[in-house]
Amino acid sequence: MILQVLTTMERKPWVTELGTLVVLLLCPLALPVIGLNADIASRILIWGLFGLGFDILFGYTGLLSFGQAAFFGVGGFASAYLMINMNVDIFVALGVGTVLAMLAGVVVGYFTLRRSGIYFAMITLAFGEMFYFLELSPLSDFTGGENGITGVPLPVLFGHKLEGGWELFLFIAAFFLVSYVIAHRIVLSPFGRVLTALRDNSPRALASGHAVRNYKWAAFVIAAGFGGIAGGLLGVLQSYMPPDAVAFHTSGQLVMQGVIGGAGTLFGPLLGAIVWLGLQDNLQTIPALGPAWKLILGVVFVVLIMAFRRGLLGELRQYLHKRAHMVPEGEEPAEEPPRTMEEKRERRIAGTPEASSVPWIVPHAKSKDVPALECRHLTKRYGGIVANRDVSMAIQEGELRGIIGPNGAGKSTFFKMLAGEIEPSEGQIFLHGADITNLGVTAVAQLGMSKSYQINQLFSKLTVRENLAIPVLARIRGQFRPDMLKALHKIHGLEAQIEATLDLVDLGPRANVPVTDLAYGEKRRLEIGLALANSPNVLLLDEPLAGMSPAERASTVKLLQEIREGRTLVVVEHDMDAVFELAEYITVLQEGQLLAEGTPDQIREDSRVQEAYLGGMDENETETGTA
Amino acid sequence: MSMPSLPLFLSQLFNGLALGLLLSLISAGLTIIYGTLGVLNLAHGALFMVGAYAGFITLQQTGSFVLAMVGAMVGSLIIGLIMERIVVRHFYQRPDEDQILVTFGIGIIITEAVRLAFGGVSQRVPTPEWGSGVTKMGFLFYPTYRIQVMVIVAVVLLLLYLVLYRTRIGMIVRAGIEDSLMVNMLGINVYRVFLLVFGIGSMTAGFAGVINAPIVAVVPDMGEAILVQSFVVIVLGGVGSFPGAVVGGIIAGEIVSLTSMFSPAYSQVMLFAVMALILATRPQGLFGVEGRE
Repeated sequence: MILQVLTTMERKPWVTELGTLVVLLLCPLALPVIGLNADIASRILIWGLFGLGFDILFGYTGLLSFGQAAFFGVGGFASAYLMINMNVDIFVALGVGTVLAMLAGVVVGYFTLRRSGIYFAMITLAFGEMFYFLELSPLSDFTGGENGITGVPLPVLFGHKLEGGWELFLFIAAFFLVSYVIAHRIVLSPFGRVLTALRDNSPRALASGHAVRNYKWAAFVIAAGFGGIAGGLLGVLQSYMPPDAVAFHTSGQLVMQGVIGGAGTLFGPLLGAIVWLGLQDNLQTIPALGPAWKLILGVVFVVLIMAFRRGLLGELRQYLHKRAHMVPEGEEPAEEPPRTMEEKRERRIAGTPEASSVPWIVPHAKSKDVPALECRHLTKRYGGIVANRDVSMAIQEGELRGIIGPNGAGKSTFFKMLAGEIEPSEGQIFLHGADITNLGVTAVAQLGMSKSYQINQLFSKLTVRENLAIPVLARIRGQFRPDMLKALHKIHGLEAQIEATLDLVDLGPRANVPVTDLAYGEKRRLEIGLALANSPNVLLLDEPLAGMSPAERASTVKLLQEIREGRTLVVVEHDMDAVFELAEYITVLQEGQLLAEGTPDQIREDSRVQEAYLGGMDENETETGTA
Repeated sequence: MSMPSLPLFLSQLFNGLALGLLLSLISAGLTIIYGTLGVLNLAHGALFMVGAYAGFITLQQTGSFVLAMVGAMVGSLIIGLIMERIVVRHFYQRPDEDQILVTFGIGIIITEAVRLAFGGVSQRVPTPEWGSGVTKMGFLFYPTYRIQVMVIVAVVLLLLYLVLYRTRIGMIVRAGIEDSLMVNMLGINVYRVFLLVFGIGSMTAGFAGVINAPIVAVVPDMGEAILVQSFVVIVLGGVGSFPGAVVGGIIAGEIVSLTSMFSPAYSQVMLFAVMALILATRPQGLFGVEGRE
């Protein structure tokens, strides 16, 4: 029952949106009964609208901004100024204010997004203050400085000048509803799904082929837009645009309301505003508690972060999801027997990558002699330390190449250079004959080469299916596409590709499980699945067998044998038996340099390799001893 | 806009240095905590304010400004230690955003508690007797207390530097900045070091609060503006860099002070504009190491 409701809400966004409309229309009738006046209700809606943008930025994209007041102020002061001094129509004024706020978002975003994490929080805060000081004096001819702008007129609709109170509430409610629908569609769109991916694991989103910075920038501008329209409405509601709308405590209040109500829920900030304004209003009527209302709020806030980090609405949703996914006793789903390779092959012919609409990347080789992947004279220096020196190799189309070497041989650095994660100090890399040196990991992924990591890089808050959607979306939509109002399930070929990948890595029955609930072996398979879902034809696998039990190891070796069909595979692995079993050609690295190359038999017989391993083992190769 | 006279220019240069050194001290506390513990403490401004109030109370009780300075340090140290023990230590393994949010919340609690106890009106901390009057410096007359503050702050910064770079505990702290896990494995109790560092950082904020108290109005919100400015300092200098905090602080102080000579309205704005410029050209800050977040 709960599950049905939750699924419906996701599949049919208009249900929630219609519900919101009904609730908003009922407010003028219902709220006076519980003693809430139109002014408070309107104020809550404005904060809720402001918070829609904040939630997209923080709850969905993971960017914690302490400077949103800047955009609230730009929208508010610009529309107030236009209405009063230039007699501009209210809708035009609010529109211009919103556009200006978004332009401010473009500029501020350019600077703030140059850094992430704590830097982002500090820099947004600083920019917020910069706007406050701009409002206070350099721009005081327009903003009224410390006095703000008074006399914002009430809206006139079809010749009827609205009264304040509930009429004005409905006017603001209309803006809230439209904004909510837009925000709701954005978070359900493919664009919105990519935002959640870069919130959970920005480097992996980048490596999946998404231009992370553009997505962040877009989210930042969207949030600025919501701030702008909310600021404009604040002026209309109060018939006054106060300077402290731009002050730091406005940004702080927004952050607190968003977190109290629940980040990543859209309605969270609205709920947070109800808590905030409710406490402020009600406690102030109690003489003993009145002055302490903000102290109490601070304590509530800290307790929520310590113990209930998801916020009120977030914890509720989590509880419902847990309930919904709980399996009644005695009805545990039967463990699906692992399919044989033959069965899988049959299934693949029917509904498979090749048959699905998402094509594998077709190599654009000029001739058959061009290697799938080639590097020439690759060198990487870190200061005085040389991690790789003059490594050259060519890997042919369809080959499975093993790369081995003792610890510290420079395998990981070498792999990172191939994948475009770090730039080589010298040398070049070619993919199907095209120079990809210094293109960066995103472009390389788009060209059809992807990597699975030694340490799992999953999107931690998403389910298995949602995880796999991320690389597929990069393949279908390219590096960046602002398809904000498109429904996710309307993306052609998405489902087929996800199903095909699920099938390949044997995670079909676990598709709707959050990744945090997966066993280690399953996570490992999903890790490889993420690289596969990108439809690469060159696949780099960094220690795919790391930390696996013998049974998991056997099934992963089988998986590698399966996925090599039609692809070129490069495997770095410590498990010698597996490499000698799988690879037809092996490269040995030692101390950052190429030591030997050859077939497994040649490598086994090579005296230099024996010395590197056995000799090294005696002196400092302790891994086998401690593992 | 006319060229300012030389005495005005020199006096503003001095004002800039005074403000700058103060910002250096506060930012050094912030950056030591971040560098060692990985926590950006948004309650740092509130601890600055606690120092001013603790000094104010001690001064009222004893009449001695020296004791007030001790009182401020003890007060901010105690609040800092309580904060680390009860809340912050549970957040070392949590995401940056959670750390930022929770310290922001603690800052509000501290500020509001002080507002509840002392009201919102500004308290006055008089200049100590030994700091009253002006001192003639060449053709420039300058308030004696401000010169003394500059000297005191410079000495404290030097002490901090010596502790960080010349003692065993400082070595552990700097090693902890590089790799806290490794330090822990070496058998050193990192959490006790963390507590110590959080205490030292809080104390520097409190000390800055009390010595600055005679120059500004002591109000519950006084930490907010200083926090924002110290963020700019850290972005300028590079997060986690002690020299970066010192140099960044002095640059920030001079920017504010010298700009206000030409146009007071733009002095704060200019500070943020320079920060934007640094971000565009050298995002890791003047002394920051590339790639370190």
